[in-house]
This record gives sequence, C-alpha cells and structure tokens, in this order.
Amino acid sequence: MANKEKDEDILEQISNQEYEFGFTTDIEMDVLPAGLNEDVIRFISQKKNEPEWLLEWRLKGLHTFERQAMPNWQNFEMPEVDFQAISYYAAPKNKKKLGSMDEVDPELLATFEKLGIPLNEQKILAGVEELEGEKPQVAVDAVFDSVSVATTFKAELSKLGIIFSSISEAVQTHPELVRKYLGTVVPYSDNKFASLNTAAFSDGSFVYIPKGVRCPMELSTYFRINTENTGQFERTLIIADEGAYVSYLEGCTAPKRDENQLHAAIVELIAMDNAEIKYSTVQNWFPGDKEGKGGIYNFVTKRGACRGKNSKISWTQVETGSAITWKYPSVILQGDNSVGEFYSVAVTKNKQIADTGTKIYHLGKNTRSRIISKGISAGFGQNSYRGLVQVGPKADNARNFTQCDSLLIGDLCGAHTFPYIESKNNTATIEHEATTSKIGEDQIFYLNQRGIDTEQAVALIVNGYAREVLNQLPMEFAVEAQKLLSLTLEGSVG
Amino acid sequence: MLNIKNLFASVEDKQILKGINLEVGAGEVHAIMGPNGSGKSSLASVLAGRENYEVTGGTVTLDGKDLLDLSPEDRAREGVFLAFQYPVEIPGVSNINFLKTALNEIRAYHGKAPLDAKTFLQLTKEKQKLVEFDAKLVNRSLNEGFSGGEKKRNEILQLAMLEPKLAILDETDSGLDIDALRIVANGVNKLRSKDNAFVLITHYQRLLEYIVPDFVHVLYNGRIVKSGGKELALELEEKGYDWIKEENK
Repeated sequence: MANKEKDEDILEQISNQEYEFGFTTDIEMDVLPAGLNEDVIRFISQKKNEPEWLLEWRLKGLHTFERQAMPNWQNFEMPEVDFQAISYYAAPKNKKKLGSMDEVDPELLATFEKLGIPLNEQKILAGVEELEGEKPQVAVDAVFDSVSVATTFKAELSKLGIIFSSISEAVQTHPELVRKYLGTVVPYSDNKFASLNTAAFSDGSFVYIPKGVRCPMELSTYFRINTENTGQFERTLIIADEGAYVSYLEGCTAPKRDENQLHAAIVELIAMDNAEIKYSTVQNWFPGDKEGKGGIYNFVTKRGACRGKNSKISWTQVETGSAITWKYPSVILQGDNSVGEFYSVAVTKNKQIADTGTKIYHLGKNTRSRIISKGISAGFGQNSYRGLVQVGPKADNARNFTQCDSLLIGDLCGAHTFPYIESKNNTATIEHEATTSKIGEDQIFYLNQRGIDTEQAVALIVNGYAREVLNQLPMEFAVEAQKLLSLTLEGSVG
Repeated sequence: MLNIKNLFASVEDKQILKGINLEVGAGEVHAIMGPNGSGKSSLASVLAGRENYEVTGGTVTLDGKDLLDLSPEDRAREGVFLAFQYPVEIPGVSNINFLKTALNEIRAYHGKAPLDAKTFLQLTKEKQKLVEFDAKLVNRSLNEGFSGGEKKRNEILQLAMLEPKLAILDETDSGLDIDALRIVANGVNKLRSKDNAFVLITHYQRLLEYIVPDFVHVLYNGRIVKSGGKELALELEEKGYDWIKEENK
C-alpha cells in the first residue's frame, strides 16, 4: 500500500538520524600514552597528589587485575579488550585550581551547554529567581574524560555540612572520610573490571550527607567521554549518615567513534541507620552505529550497602546507550528492616547488547526488596535480565518481589531472563513474575486511528510500558528520560 | 460528505468487499446491517485504513478528498473516526494523556495551536458530562481494566473530544446491557449535528431504537443488497436475514 511505503520512508529517514551527542570538543588535553603498568598508576596518583595509602591501594588493584581472568558467564560474546591500547588518563590541559566558574575553559562550558547541562551557576540562579523558587535546584558535578571540571552549588551545600565534590578533591580535603569508606562496598578484588577501576580510577564524585540532613536539592554527575582511545574509570562514593537523605543522578554521553571505548566505573553507596539514598542513572553512551561498529562497553560495578537499621537504597536506571551494557546495581541489606529497590528500563536496538539486572542480599531481619525490570528490544538488540535474590540464614521474614517484563519490537531481537534465587531462611517470601509481550499492530492502529502517527504511537506505548520505572525518577529527569526513550526507538518500527 | 464508489477490498487474497456504493451526506445517520461475515466490519476497517486490508478497486472520498491515498492517521486528522468493536488496551498510557496527544495532533494538522492544560481539562470535563462517562481518567491507563461497557463509553468520549466529520461505530452496541446502550446512544444523539455524519454498523435493530437512522443498508456477501429508511431495520428484525440470503443466492 502506498501509505505503508510512505511510512517506511519516514521511518528509514529517522532511523538514519545521527546520535545526537556524537560531536567532539576541540580542546587541549593532557593525554597519557596508551598502556597500563605500575608507572602509569604512579603517574596518575602523583598527578593527583594522593597520599601513600591510596597509591598502595591502587597498586593492589593493579596486581589483582593482572592475575584475574576475564569473566565468562555473561550472555554475550565477550569482545576482545586490549587493555594496553587504552590511555588511562586524559584531562583538559593547564587545569589549575579554579576559583570560580568564570575560569572554566569556555569550550568546555559550551560543550556542557550543548549537552543541556546548566553548569553556569549564575544562569541557574537567575532561572530559579524567575520561577520564584518553584523549580527544584540541581547541583552538578561535571566529569570530562578523566577529570571533574566543575561542581555547582558547592558553597550552598556546605552550609548544611554536605560535602559534594570530585573524589580527587575529597581525597585532599577529607582524606579520613574517603579512607574510611572507599572500597568497603566494592573491594579492590571484586571483579576484573572493578580491580582495573581501583588501579586506574581517574575521578568521579564524592558525596557525604551528615547526620539528620536531608539534601535539599538533587545532586548530579554528568559524565562525558571526549578524547579518543581513552577509557573512563570514574569512581563515585556516596555516604548518607544516620537519618540523612539524598537523591543522586548521573547522566552520560560520548562522541561517535568507530572503535569501542571502555567505561569501567564503580559506584559505592553507604546508608547508615534510617538513611536513604536514591540513585538514578540515565545512560546514553554512544551505542555504536547500525552495523554495530563502535560504541561504549559499559562494564560497571554498582553496589550499595544498607548498613544501618531502617535504611533504604533505591537504584533507578534508564539504559538506552552503549554497545554493551553489563552491570548489576546491587544492594546489601545488612541493617534490620532495611529496604532495597531496583527499577530498570534497558533498551537495545540495532546490534546493542544489554546484560543487566541486580543482586539483592538479604542479611538483616525483616529486610525487603523490590525489583522492577523492563527490557525493550528492537532491531537485532539482545536484552538479558539477570538477577540474584539471596536470603541469608539470619534474615528472618525477608521479603522480595521481582517483576521482570520484556517488550519486543520486531522479529529479530531477543529477550532473555536469568533469575537466581538462593534462600537459606524458610521464613522468607520471594515472588517472581515475568512477562514477554510485543507491541501489537492493533495498538498502533488504534492510536493511528486517533490521529497519532506510528512513531509517536510507539513512543507512547513504550513510555507507558516503562512508566512504573520512569515514575521513580526525579521529576525533571523523568521528562528527559521519556524523550530519550522515544528518540532512541525512533525508526525501530517499520 | 462520504462517497464510496464500487469499492473492492481483500484480505490475504480473499475478496471481502465486492463493489460497495454508498453516499453519506452531512447531517445524516446511516445504519449498515447484515448477517455475520457479510463484510460490515471490514468496510469500517478499510475506511479507517487498517493495514492488512488491500483495496483492489473503487474510490472513497471525504468531502472530495481521496481517502484511500491517506495514511490511517491522516484519515483520522481529516475527520474519520472509528469507534472500535474491541477497543485496544494500552497499559501505562494514561487515558488523559492519550486524549490530549490525539486532540493536539489533529489540531496541529489543521494548523491550530495545542490546547493549554487548563482549557483541555475543562473541555474533557464538559465532554465527560455530555456522554455521561464520569470515570477518573487521569490515573487510569487507556482501556486497561475497563469493563466492556466502560470501553465503549470511552470510545464515545473520544468521539466527543475529537469532533470528527464522519464517525463510524463498529458494533458499538455489542456486549452492552440496556442501560449502557441507552447512555451510549444518548451520547451519540447529543453529538449529531448538521455538519457531521454517522455510520452505525450493527447486527441488531436494538441500537436503532435509540439512534434513529435516516437510511438503513443491508450488506451481504460484500455488497449492499438493499437500502431503505428506518423501517427496513424493523423488517429485518422481524424476518431475520434469511430472506436476504435467499434473494441473493
């Protein structure tokens, strides 16, 4: 039919649309030659003026990394990663201590502006004034390649005793805090990529919320890979002390490159008694082109420890980018009555692969967890949910609910589910629900018949499907994520 | 308004419509009746542009515009509305958000600015009252968990909101109890005007007691074999469809 051909033309056009954030920034960089060895680690440590214990720890990471084999349990073919071909340090040149935002390289600021991140405090403040304080403020830490370039709202937050800075800076200003918690949730020997990160971590964010303080604004880190042949190994450490609350968001993009780039980050969360941490990710790394060339390998270790009673950690992730996404944001429920949550939307299209899910360890009494995973596969995309729910012998009355849904668009993609349940306590209640569905032609036609075109119909259906997860995101990011989901799937239905 | 000339259509190479001729003028209500499998719902699908129906001959115009050349969404934007026999459930998409998207898409097509939130909500409230459908729409997903009656009433609400030129009601009466039928019919009657037209596809005469048609057509074996006034519906009710089948052997 003529209409159908027209539709397909439009879809074809849109699907050929370029990855929006694929530009590079022309800026003078300090880039270390490719390769990984003790000298490189010493160089990074020295460059950051780190204390001896941190260097020692990095070296332990390096030596462990060198001994560890590549993991082999994943549901995809492990690509060859030449760790010696990667540069482990890249930073904007002539970076000195910046007194104010005015001193940040304008090229950098322009880049972040292009990405839609308001770094300019003045502007944010002006904007807030206009809206008479209605819009919640967001404090941003921006990480460009290996280095944190700017952190906003620092002064305001410090009045409440909140520390929000790059982790490099925190090592200088609060070494005792960093030393006390760093690596206590994800040990240096946790897995090969965690060891690599321990050895070579470049920068990342550090957050400490003191006792009884509710962080008044969203905290956010924005990661950007720019330089060629670099890896990004950031490390984030967030501590919510007794009764504290913080909501944190990370976003990521990278330029289009033909070769793959490695992103091996670590995030550690620690919640003490009655504390709550909400961690949201909107991941939009370059996914590679239609043939699967290029794109980011997103091999990340994220883990939270609910150390205190009644504490709560909640992960929300919207994963639309990367050639391969491979991560399991986890929660260790140590404290009695603690709560762990995992909400995930993972989209794979073209030749993207996602093998993601969560691990929840119930150790304390009356601990509860909730897992909502929504996979969306289009094109040749392969989407696996992998989840572990483990209940220890002392975790009386532990409860878990898992719901794991897959949505298929087209006939060439795949959805897989690998749920693991290990319970050593017979008072535990564990529920698992799973569904697989396809976007129906009936649904699309129904929306078409109401004047909504196919692209928008798919966007509506997908956003509806993911709503339970999107609802968990902070308001201002939920809108972004919705748009991103729609954009990502444009051209997937033909 | 609607002009169907010698329309042929097939599904998977099976001829379903075999030369339909029908003219529907503004302000008119036409009922299309016929036994099961006669092609009634297929005609509705073809007019709305459902993908698996292939038009193999004939023309369809709406106010002179060639409908068959338009995509389903553009037909909708031009003012063709199909009230579905089986409205589709779309989980997670809020009913209100769906209505707003549809309305604004149609407005945009006609070069009108989108309605602001306040005006839109007010309009929805008015229309809900008009069609006696007071379900809380904000928190409910589109048709999800709706009872059969609610789904049909939701179709009529959409009809009221989108104000099409031509509304095709595909067996809207099926599965409705008498109260729901009356409410749906009242809604339609209130929406009738000199500028729009209705095509009611129905198996039974029951609906036509509430919505009185100007013309009744009998569809059999892919063709309109008999047309008349509202009294034809009564005759069919009385005699059944067998005599039609006999006549057209």
